[in-house]
Amino acid sequence: MRPLFPFHGGIHPAEHKSPSTQHGIAVAPLPARLVVTLRQHSGSPASPVVAVGDQVLKGQLIGAAEGLISSSVHAPSSGRVVAIEKQPAPHVSGLPDLSIVLETDGEERWVERQKMDFCNTDPALLRQHFQDMGVVGLGGAVFPSHVKLNASGLDTLVINAAECEPFISCDDMLMRERAAEVVKGISIAQYIMGAREVLIGIEDNKPQAIAAMQAACEETGFEVVAVPTLYPSGSAKQLIKLLTGKEVTSGGHPTQMGIQCFNVATVYTMHRVINHGEPVISRLVTLTGNMDEPRNYEVLIGTPIGDLLKLARPKADTTGYLMGGPMMGVPLLDLSVPVVKATNCIIATSQALFPPLPRAMPCIRCARCAQACPAELQPQELFWFSKSRNFEKAREYKLFDCIECGCCNYVCPSHIPLVQFYRFAKSEMLAHEKDRKAADLARERHEFREFRQEREKQEKAARHAAKAAEMAAKAAETTAGSGESVAGADDAAAAKKAAIQAAIERAKAKKAAVKPQNVDDLPAEAQAKIDEIDLRRAQASETAGQRVAIQKSDEGQGA
Amino acid sequence: MLNALLVMIGLAVVLGAVLGFASLKFRVEGNPLVEKVDAILPQIQCGQCGYPGCKPYAEAISAGNSAINLCAPGGEAVMLRLADLLGVDPQPLAADAALPKPKQVALIDEQTCIGCTLCLQACPVDAIAGAAKQMHTIIASECTGCELCLPPCPVDCITMETVDEGLGGWKWKYPVYPISEEEKDTEVTS
Amino acid sequence: MENYFLILIGTVFVNNIVLAKVLGLCPFMGVSKKLEAAIGMGMATAFVLTLASGASYLINQYLLGPDLIYLRTLSFIIVIASIVQFTEMFIHKTSPVLYQVLGIYLPLITTNCAVLGIPLLNVQENHNFIESLFFGFGGAIGFALVLITFSAMRERLEGADVPLPFKGSAIAMVTAGLMSIASMGFSGLVK
Repeated sequence: MRPLFPFHGGIHPAEHKSPSTQHGIAVAPLPARLVVTLRQHSGSPASPVVAVGDQVLKGQLIGAAEGLISSSVHAPSSGRVVAIEKQPAPHVSGLPDLSIVLETDGEERWVERQKMDFCNTDPALLRQHFQDMGVVGLGGAVFPSHVKLNASGLDTLVINAAECEPFISCDDMLMRERAAEVVKGISIAQYIMGAREVLIGIEDNKPQAIAAMQAACEETGFEVVAVPTLYPSGSAKQLIKLLTGKEVTSGGHPTQMGIQCFNVATVYTMHRVINHGEPVISRLVTLTGNMDEPRNYEVLIGTPIGDLLKLARPKADTTGYLMGGPMMGVPLLDLSVPVVKATNCIIATSQALFPPLPRAMPCIRCARCAQACPAELQPQELFWFSKSRNFEKAREYKLFDCIECGCCNYVCPSHIPLVQFYRFAKSEMLAHEKDRKAADLARERHEFREFRQEREKQEKAARHAAKAAEMAAKAAETTAGSGESVAGADDAAAAKKAAIQAAIERAKAKKAAVKPQNVDDLPAEAQAKIDEIDLRRAQASETAGQRVAIQKSDEGQGA
Repeated sequence: MLNALLVMIGLAVVLGAVLGFASLKFRVEGNPLVEKVDAILPQIQCGQCGYPGCKPYAEAISAGNSAINLCAPGGEAVMLRLADLLGVDPQPLAADAALPKPKQVALIDEQTCIGCTLCLQACPVDAIAGAAKQMHTIIASECTGCELCLPPCPVDCITMETVDEGLGGWKWKYPVYPISEEEKDTEVTS
Repeated sequence: MENYFLILIGTVFVNNIVLAKVLGLCPFMGVSKKLEAAIGMGMATAFVLTLASGASYLINQYLLGPDLIYLRTLSFIIVIASIVQFTEMFIHKTSPVLYQVLGIYLPLITTNCAVLGIPLLNVQENHNFIESLFFGFGGAIGFALVLITFSAMRERLEGADVPLPFKGSAIAMVTAGLMSIASMGFSGLVK
């Protein structure tokens, strides 16, 4: 028996998992319309690579990843692109987001699927492949997996199958029915990261899943560890602490300690990508709560949630819907929003299941939140600082280590919505950080501009001085030939002449700079001058880059 | 009487000497305050405060020569932070500056642009790429939305566009919840 | 020895300069919005007060004597002002951050009645030189203690659901009053 290292705090909310595990996974029918948002993952949204009217095949790339922290998006079924526009998205803000709308043709024609022999492929190529195939963390955070996979020589790979939030059972059902495939996915992640040890953490309220996984893991060396049921053991940092006894440092990454953690559904999609050549176009969604037929469904990404709910038939007294679990989920304001990669569960709420909270009372400083906090923070202090917008202090008290699990809300005898305050403070701080970065960039560019202007001024002065000196030398040469007696007088005259000439040059240059330069009948000399100045300006400006410089030199040759 | 005068003069001389010595010994070069004020200003370099940029305005504030309510793009937030830093009372902003403006970037109508380079010279952060008789374009990610390129343009081809940040710019609101039964009755549950 | 200890306890807790003698209220209300500023202010005041009580003892004893009593307040103010100026320059040089945090309140130590009050009380109580130093230091520690406690409370008050008319300075005044009443519990601890 493996020793466990319990984390601090945690709570035991009512589980409500059994209703949705009475039947096996069913496949949701193909909807007539699929709405695929381009922001299926955290980081920058994908950019569309199809146009309205295009015919697409099932699994075809429709949105390409933009940058490192991003992932690709694929057509969940074959059909025609009818719109690329802002559509309602399942986001807590209720704001619409850029989406690709597909009209399905019902034929489900696949693109060419290429299986990969991962054992003989470079891990870097596999990571790139995962980004192209849209593999993201399906536990809820939807962080692009290829970024997390970027480590080697790990001590421990932790597979997060704890599924600690009440009501949700999609990972449970996945392991019961597709344990062998999950294990194949784990082997892929293990190969990429070179992990010596693989631990699969499953809460002990899922005995069937534990048994299925243990059977599938025989002769693989992977260890299935039953962990006590305690919310939030399914949070990555808490599960790592629980299984290995190592704590992820504040602001640090688990890979720094030779550990990485993946959700069980994520490794399943890795298996589908490598061994079947299928990108991430569907996921398991638990439909549960106040419903007549709660069940887990395999749902295509982009299926409107309203269509999906008809399958599980919500009861008449349903008051609303939550996406995600009751602890961390967000209320759905609009049922036309589509399923996204983060949608693990949809809960129908009712007065009986979710009785309205009593009104919030002032904080009585009981510190129960501090006892419950799995991140070992001081939630009551964070609450004070967030409430009074004292963000600097909130940062000092490690607000950014808060995992927003909601344990503090759950135990608060005053029913204060603590997590809402943390989310508010965090997003204010992030916005401020963004503004500060923009200001720093602007300052840097402004200072460089000033430096450049000063340098140009000096260069100009130096050039004129050189020209004047040259003229003076020339004049001196001619006078030296004619006789030394008049040399002194001639020298003075030549210097004067050169100075006047320089002044004329300056005036000319100034005039040319002020004049609109699209006048065509400029004297050739002035035009050359302007071209010279422009060329220098173009070279000095990094942003204009090579393009302008090349154009300018072409023009110069033409003239 | 003479004693009193002597005592006071003596005190004055001794203390004056000590202070004079200290002012030489502990002389501080430069003003570290400028950097701090500059860090608060939004660095848009728009000159709406009457100074030719954010740094000169920061210098004026640090020297006590300028009011803290002149930064229009920074709005109330910047004014309050300056008041906090300097330990002075907040001053109300001018009426038109009090409203926070959405983030804007300039956009050049490329059909109309004649390539005169006048806007290039006006841009305080070199966010316009172009050359004489070539069409110019704004590098949107570097543009601070200062509007300084608008007046010099002879053909009025530059417009300000509001940036739609969509979900990326969305922020959680300050939580508001009823704290008494009466309020709860009147407030719409949100 | 016991005498000095009693002076220290007496000035820090029993006859606290802010709560019992109600001196030095300007920085008490002004520099208590932020904990960091309060700590800096407490330290600066402790330094100035200790020096000022020592220096004013010497001046009173050896310079003024019994003849020039009428110059006492005047000369004390001059000495205090010079010490504050000196401290300001010193802090500006050594810790620009603290200088920044203290801001306008640093020169205001000059007009802090606690700083003048303590040397005058020293004279009144006929303290000797060492006693004067202890009295000044104790008074400053008492001041810093109350200032820091108060600023910690005010940081909390920012987030409290205070009725609108009481928000800000009003609730701070109420809190100061309650602190003063609470400190009366110390009376009788030292004669």
